[in-house]
Formats: sequence, C-alpha cells, structure tokens
Amino acid sequence: MTKEAHALEANAGGHGHDAHGGASHGSLQSYLIGFGLSVILTAVPFWLVMTGAIADKQVTALIVLVLAAVQIVVHMVYFLHMNTRSENGWTMMAMIFTVVMVVIALTGSLWVMHHLNINMMPLHDMSQMP
Amino acid sequence: MSVAIITTQDSEPVFHVIDEHDHPEGASTMLGFWIYLMSDCLIFAMLFATYGVLGGNYAAGPAPKDLFDLKLVALNTTMLLLSSITYGFAMLTMEKSRIGATQAWLAITGLFGLAFLGIELTEFAHMIHEGATPQRSAFLSSFFTLVGTHGLHVTFGLVWLVTLMVQTARFGLTEANRRRLMCLSMFWHFLDVVWIGVFTFVYLLGMLR
Amino acid sequence: MNPDLVKMVFGRLNLEALPFHEPILVGTFAVVATGGLALFAIVTYFRLWTYLWREWFTTVDHKRIGIMYMILGIVMLLRGFADALMMRLQQAIAFNGSDGYLPAHHYDQIFTAHGVIMIFFVAMPLVTGLMNYVVPLQIGARDVSFPFLNNFSFWMTVGGAVLVMMSLFVGEFARTGWLAYPPLSNIGYSPDVGVDYYIWGLQVAGVGTTLSGINLICTIVKLRAPGMTMMKMPVFTWTSLCTNVLIVASFPVLTAVLALLSLDRYVGTNFFTNDFGGNPMMYVNLIWIWGHPEVYILVLPAFGIFSEVTATFSGKRLFGYTSMVYATVVITILSYLVWLHHFFTMGSGASVNSFFGITTMIISIPTGAKMFNWLFTMYRGRIRFELPMMWTMAFMLTFVIGGMTGVLLAVPPADFVLHNSLFLIAHFHNVIIGGVLFGLFAGINYWFPKAFGFKLDPFWGKLSFWFWVSGFYFAFMPLYVLGLMGVTRRLRVFDDPSLQIWFIIAGFGAFLILLGIVAMLVQFAVSILRREQLKDTTGDPWNARTLEWATSSPPPDYNFAFTPVVYDNDAWWDMKRRGYRRPLTGFRPIHMPSNTGTGIILAGLATVMGFGLIWYIWWLAAVSFVALLAVAIGHTFNYHRDFHIPADEVVRAEEARTRVLAAGAQT
Repeated sequence: MTKEAHALEANAGGHGHDAHGGASHGSLQSYLIGFGLSVILTAVPFWLVMTGAIADKQVTALIVLVLAAVQIVVHMVYFLHMNTRSENGWTMMAMIFTVVMVVIALTGSLWVMHHLNINMMPLHDMSQMP
Repeated sequence: MSVAIITTQDSEPVFHVIDEHDHPEGASTMLGFWIYLMSDCLIFAMLFATYGVLGGNYAAGPAPKDLFDLKLVALNTTMLLLSSITYGFAMLTMEKSRIGATQAWLAITGLFGLAFLGIELTEFAHMIHEGATPQRSAFLSSFFTLVGTHGLHVTFGLVWLVTLMVQTARFGLTEANRRRLMCLSMFWHFLDVVWIGVFTFVYLLGMLR
Repeated sequence: MNPDLVKMVFGRLNLEALPFHEPILVGTFAVVATGGLALFAIVTYFRLWTYLWREWFTTVDHKRIGIMYMILGIVMLLRGFADALMMRLQQAIAFNGSDGYLPAHHYDQIFTAHGVIMIFFVAMPLVTGLMNYVVPLQIGARDVSFPFLNNFSFWMTVGGAVLVMMSLFVGEFARTGWLAYPPLSNIGYSPDVGVDYYIWGLQVAGVGTTLSGINLICTIVKLRAPGMTMMKMPVFTWTSLCTNVLIVASFPVLTAVLALLSLDRYVGTNFFTNDFGGNPMMYVNLIWIWGHPEVYILVLPAFGIFSEVTATFSGKRLFGYTSMVYATVVITILSYLVWLHHFFTMGSGASVNSFFGITTMIISIPTGAKMFNWLFTMYRGRIRFELPMMWTMAFMLTFVIGGMTGVLLAVPPADFVLHNSLFLIAHFHNVIIGGVLFGLFAGINYWFPKAFGFKLDPFWGKLSFWFWVSGFYFAFMPLYVLGLMGVTRRLRVFDDPSLQIWFIIAGFGAFLILLGIVAMLVQFAVSILRREQLKDTTGDPWNARTLEWATSSPPPDYNFAFTPVVYDNDAWWDMKRRGYRRPLTGFRPIHMPSNTGTGIILAGLATVMGFGLIWYIWWLAAVSFVALLAVAIGHTFNYHRDFHIPADEVVRAEEARTRVLAAGAQT
C-alpha cells in the first residue's frame, strides 16, 4: 500500500492492522490499583450505613452516592480501560452519549412522575397544584 | 475541501486501492460489542428509573428495612468484585498466551460468580418465604426485576464463560477466542459496574430511607 | 382425553381460537390460504426451493437482505392498508342509527393492528431495507460489519411479523391501540391472547432492529473507504448513522417496558396496576421515551433520501452540507427531550408541560433548516422531474403542512383541546405519509435500477404518484376539520349526522390511495415485463453523485473489485469529473463472508417460543428456548465462516461489465 493510501485509510474507518481495533490492555499494577480502590470505595459506604456513623441521613446518602460515582469511574478506567484513544474515540463518544441519555431518561422520568403523582393522585387539594 | 490526489507514474489520478489487504477478521467486534453494552446499560437504566419511581410504594407491605441483610449484600459484593479481579488476571495471562493459567483464572472467576448467584438466590428465597414476593407491592416488583435481571445477566455470563473455556481448551488462544474473551471481559466488568448502582441505590439508600 | 393433559400440551389454545364465526376472517383466510398455496405450488413446480434457500434465505449479502426487507415491507403494507380501508368504510357508514358492519370487538383489533403493522412491519423494514442496501455501497465497503447478524436481524423481523399475522387466524389481536396502555392492556382488562401477541411480536422484532442498529453504526464508523472522512460521507449515510444511533439508544427502552408489562401479565407483578403501589402512568412515560425517537428513526432516512435525490436531479451539489449534518445531529439529540408532548393532558402541570412544549417547538427548527437547504439546492439547478424528484416535491409541500400542525399541537393549551382528536390523527399521518412514505417511494424509484438493472416504468409510477398524493389530501384534510370540531379518535359509531360528509370524503381519499397502491404493484409487474426496454447498462442511469453509482447495476456480489479511494464529497461525481477510468487489470481474490442457515433457524425458534408463551404452552416455550441457546452456542463453534472469491472469477465479472458498458456506449 502506498504511503498516501495508508494515511488516507487512517483517516477513514480506522480498519487498521490492529485486529483488536485499538482496545487497550491492562497491566497487573493497574488491575491491583483498581481493585484496591474499589474495595475501599465499597467498604466505606457499607460501613457508614451499617453503623450509622454520620447522624444526618441525607449527608450519608450524598457521600454514598458520590463514592459510587467515583467507583464507577475507577471500574471504567482500571478494568474497562476506558480512554479517548480506543477505537479512535468512538467508545468514549458512545459512552458519553449513553450517559447523557441515561441522565435525561432518569431525571426526566423522576421529574415527570413526581409531578403526575402530586397532581393526579387523590387526597389532594387541587388549588395547590404546582 | 479536497485532499491532494494520489497519482500514478503517468499522473493519472488513482481512485482505487491498488495493494489491498484483507480486512482483519473481527475488526468491528470490539466496537460492536461495546455499543451492545451501551444498549444493555439503557435497559438497566429503565429498570433503575422504574425502581426510582415505584421503589417507595410498599403497599403497606414489607419495606427495605424489614428485608435487607447488609452483611449478606456486602459478602455478595465481595464475591463479584473478586470475580472481576480474577477475570483481569485471566486477561493478563491471556496476553502472555499462557493457556493453563488463563483457564485456571477463568474457572476461579466462574466459582466466584456462582457464589454470587447462590447467595442472591438464598436471599430471594428467604424474602419470598417471609411473604415478600414480587407480587406483594410495586416496590418488591421493581426490586426483584432489577436485581433479578442483573442476576440473569450474570447467569448468561457464566454460560458464556464455560463455553469459552471449552472452546479455548479445544482450539487454543486463537485470535477469535481472544476477541471473545475480551468481549466477555467487557461484559463481566460492566455487570460489576451495574452492581455498584444496585447496592448503592437499592440496598444502601433503601436502608437510609 | 384427560382435560389436564390437554391443558398441559396445548396451554390455552383450543378450537375456539379459530374464527369460524367471523365471516370476514373466514373469507380473508380463504384468500390468503389460496394465494399461499399457489405460491408454494409455483415455487415447488419450478424447483426453486434449493435456489431460494441457498441464494436468499441464508444469504449474508447486505444487498439481498435489503431486498428481502423491502419485499416484507410492501407485503405488510397491503395488510396494514386493508385495515385502513375497513376503518374508513366503517366510519363512513356508521351514522343515523347504523352500527356499521364491524362490531367493536373486531374494530378495536383493526385500529390496533393498523398502527402496529404500519410502524413496525412496514415503515421500519422499508427504512432498514434501504439503509442496508445503500449504505455499504455509498461508503465503498463490501458488506456490513456483521453479515451474519444482518441475516439474523432480518429473520427476527419476519418472526415478529409472523406472530402478528398469525393472530388474525389463531386467537385474536390486542384491542388496546398500537401502544397498549395499561390498565387496559394488563391482565385484568385484557386476559386473552391479544396483548400477548402484541408483546412477543414486538419483542422478537425488536431484537432484530436493535442488532441491526449496532451493525450499521459499526459499518459506518469502521468500514468507510480510504479518504472518506466523516464530513465527506454522503448525507444519506449521515442520516443512517444518526438513525441507527437512535435505534440503539431507544429500542432497549421498548424492550424493558414491554418486559415489565409481560411480568405484570404473566407473573402478577404490580408495575402498572392500579393497586399494590403500581402506576400505569409510568408505562405511558416510558413507552413515549421510546416512542418519540422512533418517529425520528422513521423520518431521518427519508430526509437523507431527499438530500440525495434533490442534488442528483438538480444537477447540483447539495447546498449547505455542513449545516445538514449539524441539523441531523441536533435532531438526534433533541428527539430525546420532547417525549412528554405525547401526554400533555395526563396532568403533569404547567412547569413540566411548558418545558416540553418549548423543546418540541425548538426541534422543528433544524428540520426547517433542512427544507431551506433543499430549496437552495434546487435554486438555479437544472431540474429533471423524474419520479424520485416528483415524490420529493410532494414531500416538501405535504410535510411542511404536517410539521406546522405539529408545532400547533406543541402548544400545551392547544393540545388540551386537540389531544387524541382526529386532528392528531391527521397530523401524524401527514408527517408519516408525507415524510416517511413519500421518501421511501422516492428512494425505491431512485435505487431500483441499481438493485435490478432496469428502471421502474414511469407511466404507472406517475399514475401511482398522482393517486397517492391526491388520495392523501382527500383522506386526511377532512380529518383536520373533524378534529377541530371535536371528534375523538378510534370511534366506531357517530351520533351527529353533519359529520358524515367529511368521513365520506375521507373514504374517497382512501379509495384513491388504494388505486395508488394498485398502480404501484402494476408498476412493478410492468417494469419486470418490460425490463429490456427499461434496461440500464451504465450503472448510473440518473447521472448521480455518490459511490453506489460507480458499480454495475446490479452490483457484483463483492460490490467493488478494488476498494475506492475518496477525495471529496460526492465521490462518484468527483471521479467522473476528473476522468476516472475503470481499472481493467490487477484483480485479486476477494475475501467474503459465507452464507449460513443459523439466522433463519434461530429466528424460527424465537418465533415458536413466542407462540408458546402467548398460548401458555410452557413446555414448548422451554424447549424452544433451550434449542435457541444450543443452536446459538453451536454456531459459535464454527470458526470458518468466510471464503475467497478467486481472482479469475473477479476477472470474468469485470470483463463482462466492460463488454456491457461498451455495448451500451455504442447504442
């Protein structure tokens, strides 16, 4: 293949010579770091809820949620080897798009159903509709 | 906006690839499987949404506090997390083409997966015995469906794992089998990610309500 | 026989499921059975079974799969339209004390089946078929990323269609409307098999559609010819990419919702019940999160077709390529932010309704931008009014009207008056027929010569066109009037005699459309009979602009002997402009995927499993599920699913084409 054709091909579908399509691989170190972080990020929320160490339930819930989000990122990076280079950035794009869809569907559903429940379920003073 | 045209010796424009290699087999597999995982993610998201909307509807029946045993859930979570790391070790030995070690780590992963399922099934059986059936309330319907769908995925993953172990034993760590093991790896880690959502939203936040 | 044993073997299936007491169905069955047997007899007589199995049923060639999708869509169009005719007739005569000829039990199934069939088994297959056929050719590829999955997806769609069609003669269909809202669709109010046929038909077909979506995304991302960057792709490929993204991002929602409904019906859960904490409104919410992207799945490919057709038949490059791409992507994302406009009246309140009303109005803007781009493409072009262009012009006028009524409905207070009235029915038929269907007819007339080597007969095509367009306006403009006067949808009998004239006009419109469909079928037949006169030997009968026209008509199995290299948008136009000459030497063996019967077998098993679940024949469902797994796993033990076309076979095919081109050039 000519040099220019190679360059053009790289520009196009990315059907290069790497049969894995550019998937990344881990190393022992990255898997162990990921595992260690996950253990901590799991143990702490369980401990907080099981012992009730923080009196304020809302604060506890918030911490639990944040740690879950962090652990998901840890899994993505250390176990699923998520990065911007894999598949010429298409896996990252697909994931971001999915996350956006999930956020829209989840928050939208909760918002809509909450309003429907308040307005449409009985034992409610209609003059107070939001 | 044009690119400079490739030309031959005689300055004829070249509109076709002259020295073509076959497309590497399975070039699209990893991306395709990843996109499938994203669609699976959406199914789980809908089950989470349903749980979010209906999860507080106890219908004067049992609530999370009456049912959830966080110690058991912690044990379950440990089984799944361990299975994730052992699958990671399997991938590392696969990179080094060590078939025996790979098979061993895959088997251990399978055992942890089975342990996870076993614990989950005993939890379900206990709840049903107590009268907390999926039919009892919308909360329980959405609980059993969300957690049960995750468990079903784990089950399919185990069937797939056994199939791949058989295929690796028979045909070795060929390109095709490596691709398949990498897809199962993505699937397995993705299930662990979903489980983070489950233990957080269902179990931990359920106990905090 | 022991009644318990009978129940175990046959579930709830019994002889009463056969519609002996319904004369219309008995008549329909007689016609269908006769036609089916005749077809079977003809195929057997000409010994075509082996050919059909080897060349069509087990094919992994995207071109053949695309053609099979089109055939499925057109056959199902006849069934869906028969439902429409029956409804129009009933509504035209059910006045002044007359009950019409359709009892409620039957009428309700007809409007449900009409919607389900038209959306899932006409529009989706036709759209998928065109994308399947055209996209790999447009990007210079030899097939899609996953050819076996492509075959499997097609047969799953057929499986879903089989289940829905079967409900006509064995048992009955749902009576809930095409979206099957609970509590009506729940087990308490619909204990019979109808809703179960609906659920499993859609679940089976839905698997096919989702996999097809993944397939085409990977194809477009990974298999483009060298030099074809994203911004050099043809617009139809762009719209296909966005459509398939929508498919992958919305069909899982439908899968989940239908699964929850089936759990309520089979297991007794309480997702959508009225008691024990269930909430039927959640079903409506979830189903429309799927439902709105679905309509964009239908219309975006049509927009792509119009872009290709307008540029080709104006002899000009498409105006505003970049803004077209951006508009398509924006529509894709925005389509997820409008779903509540389908249930403004359900009571979510002013804040929620305002948000979604505004987003709905915003989403009309990128579509408007596209409309202007098409007009600017035509401006100062040399327009040829071939059939594809005629359909495009009809689309422009019709779709704009439909879009405007959509923006009217987007205003929540207006929607409170018009929701579920005939105004709504008129609006969505306006955009679906004017947008999707006219686009599909344009695409069919445009790409038919590529697929078969001869054009479609223009006379019968134009006849079909004028019947369709006039028929559409006669059929649906009265419905706008009726809706504004307050007439509700899905009504069977009417009290107000002053409304009848409008329904009669609408019925006349339906009759004109019937003539349009008949003319279209005649067009196909006549074109085949006159194919020598309508032949195209150049491969480029319209002097078009994109890569699919670089191949012969029909293309060889391998599409391109050499993978093209692309430098600019409108790659084929660029090649023609720069004096491209077909390479005549240097052909090499070509790597191709092998045919396989696994797809049709798996889909057959899935359909049988669906049938077992519908009729509570648990052993059948279990056995077919296990068989499904076994066949699927067994298939993965076959690692050699490809072969090479030998170089001399490529040489022969290319030399044959050289001769044809030379002969054509001499005439």
